[in-house]
Amino acid sequence: MITNQEIADDLLAKFGEATIAGFEEHHGIMSAFVTVDSAKTIIRYLYDHPGFQFKFLTDLAGIHYPDNKGGELGVIYHLHSWTHNHRFMLRIFVPVEAPDVPTISDFHLCANWMEREAYDFFGINFVGHPNLLRILNIEEMDYFPMRKEYPMEDATRQDKIDALFGR
Amino acid sequence: MSEEVSNITPREPGNVMGPQVGNLALKNGVPTVSEDGRELTTLNLGPTHPATHGIFQNILQMDGEKIVSGTPTIGYIHRAFEKIAERRPLYQITTLTDRMNYCSSPINNMGWHMTVEKLLGIEVPKRAQYIRVIMMELARIADHLICNSILGVDSGAFTGFLYVMQKREEIYEIYEEMCGARLTTNMGRFGGMERDLSNEAIRKTREFIRTFPAVMQEFEKMLNRNRIFIDRTVGVGPVSQEMALQYGFTGPNLRAAGIDYDMRVMSPYSSYEDFDFDIPVGYTGDTYDRYMVRNGEIWESFKIVQQALENLPEGPFHADAPEFYLPPKQEVYRNMEALIYHFKIVMGEIPIPVGEVYHSVEGGNGELGFHLISDGGRSPYRLKMRRPCYIFYQAYPEMCKGVTLSDAIIILSSMNVIAGELDA
Repeated sequence: MITNQEIADDLLAKFGEATIAGFEEHHGIMSAFVTVDSAKTIIRYLYDHPGFQFKFLTDLAGIHYPDNKGGELGVIYHLHSWTHNHRFMLRIFVPVEAPDVPTISDFHLCANWMEREAYDFFGINFVGHPNLLRILNIEEMDYFPMRKEYPMEDATRQDKIDALFGR
Repeated sequence: MSEEVSNITPREPGNVMGPQVGNLALKNGVPTVSEDGRELTTLNLGPTHPATHGIFQNILQMDGEKIVSGTPTIGYIHRAFEKIAERRPLYQITTLTDRMNYCSSPINNMGWHMTVEKLLGIEVPKRAQYIRVIMMELARIADHLICNSILGVDSGAFTGFLYVMQKREEIYEIYEEMCGARLTTNMGRFGGMERDLSNEAIRKTREFIRTFPAVMQEFEKMLNRNRIFIDRTVGVGPVSQEMALQYGFTGPNLRAAGIDYDMRVMSPYSSYEDFDFDIPVGYTGDTYDRYMVRNGEIWESFKIVQQALENLPEGPFHADAPEFYLPPKQEVYRNMEALIYHFKIVMGEIPIPVGEVYHSVEGGNGELGFHLISDGGRSPYRLKMRRPCYIFYQAYPEMCKGVTLSDAIIILSSMNVIAGELDA
């Protein structure tokens, strides 16, 4: 068994506080906030680590925080070590003007479509991806629909006024 | 006759158009000639092909009847669930999860309920957990029955499909007793179930337990050692352990490759640690192994249903969580507090506590995960669903390389790719 603390200590000792901005824990799963350039190196390091064995990429999620200036778009990497049944997340934030993130689809093959999904919905540009095209939406779409500036419902509808419901 | 055949001169190889890259001419990364220089045929398999169960398009490059490469196009029934969820109160998201893997929607419902309960810190009573287990395992049986019998249909054996369809119908009748719906069940509530397991539901489950083994044995007798079926499936579309891990396989497709990873055992939820069951695994990860693993899982799920029904604890069937659990209708008419909570829940006026949670269950096709991020609003800030089909379907072109078109069809049906879960 490994603990969150061991991973945090190991990463801090190896990469230092310049690359790892901090840690957060939610319901037993620790997240590390890291710089964009180091994300790929850290994921590869955890992948190759003989003790931790984070060989499985469970999920990769894009996220949009419009108020987080300079780091509006985020990527959450969800790693899982089956040897220890331990989960670990890495989070990076990139500015919306230049959302360039290095791809990890060269050693996690399943990241191929996950990154395409994040590109499709959030417009995160995965540098080095072999086939970064829209995947679920039509190719002619010229915006990234999961960003917060696009409201879910038709803005012209009159029957669902937020003010009436105190929203 | 034979003289005529021998008079035909063979075609000259290597006389093709297009840029030559290595040995293959490529167009947009897709080969247009085979290795010995013959021109390849482009074949559109889908989007609405009767042999693919759901809307899948694959643009195949064929060398005769052999597939050289395939390019899948997905998203035909994309409904933007993750975006819709950002606007809905929690209880309305349950209906979205129904429509992901619609062959086993109770598992999706329960997975979502457990995610929210984890975030809210609701402790679910033991009886509700057991009822959930019964429903989830019945759903798994229904899911695998459809997958395996459809595999039979695709390889030419229609009889078994109609035969086990009757058993699926009985499972759907148990769903009806529990929640009133059959396919998109919307079963359960945050904190437990919406109603107790009724006498009629118990009777129907007992009846199912009594009659199911004979049907399943006959179904297995028809296919397991069937010469035609074995010829069609053994060695078709094998997946090695490394490939399965690399492509993010989970569920029966992964276990067919020989890795015993199952969420129910790795991180038990909803009292799965109380039950005695095995995890069937395969050896080579081919179509036959996927079929056998699903068959084995049907028997294990059957065992779990039996155990859960026998040892069903007494007690309440839902937790005391008035802010999230709809009060009974009689109470709403008589009791002030119940009326207030009813109104607040239905109008979605109860804020979700700030926090973040990831919870996953063993769905019909593998690890079905919900990553819920809340900023304290009335609906989630972000809900990411880990849909197993979406992740392992990207291995499909790789698995189809070098097989014939008819084998590609049975590889697809043995993977049990559900369009609703793929596109979400």
